[in-house]
Amino acid sequence: MPKVTIDDITIEVPEGTTILQAARMIGGDVVPPAMCYYSKLKTSGGYCRTCIVKVEQGSAKDPRPMPKPVASCRTTVMDGMVVRNKTSQEVLEARAGVVEFLLINHPLDCPICDQAGECHLQDLGYEHGKVETRYEFDRREFEKIDIGDKIQLHMTRCILCYRCVKVADQLTDGRVHGVINRGDVAEISTYIQNSIENDFSGNVIDVCPVGALTDKTFRFKSRVWYTKPVDAHCNCDKCSGKVRLWYKGEEVLRVTARKDKYGEVEDWICNDCRFNKKKTSDWVIEGPSKVDRHSVISANHYDNLKVLKATVDRQQLALPHGEKVGLGKGALDPNNIHGKH
Amino acid sequence: MGKKLLLEHVDVPGINTLSVYRQKGGYRALEKALRTMTPEAIVEEVKVSGLRGRGGAGFPTGMKWSFLAKPEGVPRYVVCNADESEPGTFKDRYLMEKIPHLLIEGMIVSSFALGAKTSFIYIRGEYFYVARILEAAIAEAYEAGLLGKNILNSGFDHDCYVQIGAGAYICGEETALLESLEGKRGNPRIKPPFPAVAGLYSCPTVVNNVETIAAVVPIVNDGGAAYAAVGIGKSTGTKLISASGHIKKPGVYEIELGVPVEEFIYSDEYCGGILGDRKLKAVVAGGSSVPILPADLILKTAAGEPRLMSYESLADGGFASGTMLGSGGFIVMDETSSIVKNLYTFTRFYHHESCGQCSPCREGTGWMEKILHRILDGDGTMKDIDLLWDIQSKIEGKTICPLGDAAAWPVASAIRHFRAEFEEYVRKGHSIKDVKHYYTTQGLPEPAYS
Ligand SMILES: Cc1cc2nc3c(=O)[nH]c(=O)nc-3n(C[C@H](O)[C@H](O)[C@H](O)COP(=O)(O)O)c2cc1C
Ligand code: SF4
Ligand code: SF4
Ligand code: FES
Repeated sequence: MPKVTIDDITIEVPEGTTILQAARMIGGDVVPPAMCYYSKLKTSGGYCRTCIVKVEQGSAKDPRPMPKPVASCRTTVMDGMVVRNKTSQEVLEARAGVVEFLLINHPLDCPICDQAGECHLQDLGYEHGKVETRYEFDRREFEKIDIGDKIQLHMTRCILCYRCVKVADQLTDGRVHGVINRGDVAEISTYIQNSIENDFSGNVIDVCPVGALTDKTFRFKSRVWYTKPVDAHCNCDKCSGKVRLWYKGEEVLRVTARKDKYGEVEDWICNDCRFNKKKTSDWVIEGPSKVDRHSVISANHYDNLKVLKATVDRQQLALPHGEKVGLGKGALDPNNIHGKH
Repeated sequence: MGKKLLLEHVDVPGINTLSVYRQKGGYRALEKALRTMTPEAIVEEVKVSGLRGRGGAGFPTGMKWSFLAKPEGVPRYVVCNADESEPGTFKDRYLMEKIPHLLIEGMIVSSFALGAKTSFIYIRGEYFYVARILEAAIAEAYEAGLLGKNILNSGFDHDCYVQIGAGAYICGEETALLESLEGKRGNPRIKPPFPAVAGLYSCPTVVNNVETIAAVVPIVNDGGAAYAAVGIGKSTGTKLISASGHIKKPGVYEIELGVPVEEFIYSDEYCGGILGDRKLKAVVAGGSSVPILPADLILKTAAGEPRLMSYESLADGGFASGTMLGSGGFIVMDETSSIVKNLYTFTRFYHHESCGQCSPCREGTGWMEKILHRILDGDGTMKDIDLLWDIQSKIEGKTICPLGDAAAWPVASAIRHFRAEFEEYVRKGHSIKDVKHYYTTQGLPEPAYS
């Protein structure tokens, strides 16, 4: 079994393991952020470039360093490989660059976005990005598209991670959506707004790292941090029936798959479980979900809200037309934002 | 006169037809290969020749061929990259248009050497009429028994198809080309696996440029050693150069590698000097992707040696003072040209052609274009120049395919060598619009920048 050293920690891993998987085996700070890789989706990864690391030594046999940073999610470990992630200033700089690229055309409308609080781009920005934006031009905008009556696509927020395309490819028959156009006007589309109609289409919502694909049955019902996740199951003939219910008071506001600490679903769920079973009596309750630190819904994730507010304020001020989204007194009060919409 | 290995008969009337091509010794290499050589022997000759890929990267062709995986019972493919979309490059078109059979012969010989029963020529959509020329040549070859079953009674079967692209630069990147050829969206693949292991339809595939494949014909005819005797050092053989810009005689020239750059620009055999005998300002030596060099550095290396038209000499000094031979798109700019405007045009191109898969290239190319547009408009700041530098450095080396690098290098080199010109744009502010550049000095309308 090959041995790999990441940020001075050595681990033995099975043949064929990627650097990212090896880092996840070590855990903690050593793990590079991954916005497009998804272990449950074949051929995912390689696109976003947030997981780039430096390979200081290729292998024991060929100790030369790799000339360029590599995508850790798509690079296989070799015996004797030495990798730098957090311990390389070069990697941190390059990653901050990638984060900046992902954000320059992002609307930064977190205050009115349903994904806020469980958005990987928010986490990425706070953990790996810089506070200021250097982008002074108009941001890219798209019209919202309804994909059927349950899913909404807001391309403006999409980071083109290709995960939803792969879900449709690998989980469902006859994919009807994909990427059209190219470059920075590329978009996820059903082209002529065909709806995605099949039993597993709802999973695109769970894999979307940002608020581009959202559950219309949940839209604007609540901020996620005011809901309480509870694990539950049912006897379903289409899927595993293992879900997470998101309660506000007695009411189930939404149903999602259960996600692990990397934000990946544990089991895909069918649309019936996701959209149609919103009563407690539909489910066998297992108990409160363990929520990973990787989300603002875990307590004290961003303990200094003032800093957070100041950052958001500054980013808002940097918007080109002075259009402020949901700012002002009590801007971060979700009820306020909700009402504003 | 330099030796011509590819274009010797280019001016012979009717050379595009099979009969004239054969009169001039055409398909001799195919006969020799099928009747007297083993596939391994051909690969060996290509290795000995020192031929390097003419599509831009300059990778040794013999080595690429020897990497081709040969699992039992799995077809192998040869794919010719005729997508030629790099600004400043138009040599493949010339070759295919004038002597289509040279490419067809090269395809059959290469396919025999690599054990491919099927080959494809992937040609850019804008070369529609060239595709027709190739198809006519292929039809003639079938008729003469040079393609199809049991070619020249050798027992070797081969079919060659022409596939027309839809006009995307990115489909020249070999894995995007393969995706497009398979009928999919032309996105570059994430490597590994490399095409030599899993290429077209996941089968082992060799992708080579038009000129590379054509060069196999003289290599088989005269032997690898004879080919290697032409040229200089590791830059063996001849190279087609697409010369354009402010020169008296733009066109496609076949040069022996190693010709001094100065001779290439000024001698009557090649470009014939600068238009209007003005002063040379800069050269982009290998297609829009390679670093631009100012006159002094393109004529002489930083060490003061004469710069030669070869892979090594053009790269001498690294990116600090050198460039690359690339695809051989040689763009000459005289003293009236504006580096900033030219860079804007290139950057706009890369922005337009990015496939959008990876974030640095998707977002960074558009950002650079916007900043350059602002500088050109007289609204730039000194900070914009540093910002441009920083953006290109965050794209370079961090993308899936080399288009990201190709977008970054022109920006980096223009700032490295012509920073003063960017600063002048910033200082002049809006009055920069009154500064005369080539178009205005020639009394031509300025192109619209939008
Ligand atoms: C963005 C991009 C565009 C390219 N366009 C072409 C092209 O039009 N023609 C070509 O021969 N090679 C092109 N290449 C290089 C090919 O990827 C590949 O290296 C080449 O076809 C290999 O052939 P060779 O070894 O004979 O040069 C391009 C590469 C990139 C990254
Ligand atoms: S819609 Fe979401 S899942 Fe799909 S590509 Fe965009 S960001 Fe990724
Ligand atoms: S570098 Fe640009 S063209 Fe190449 S894969 Fe990435 S986005 Fe596409
Ligand atoms: S997670 Fe590796 S490139 Fe996106």
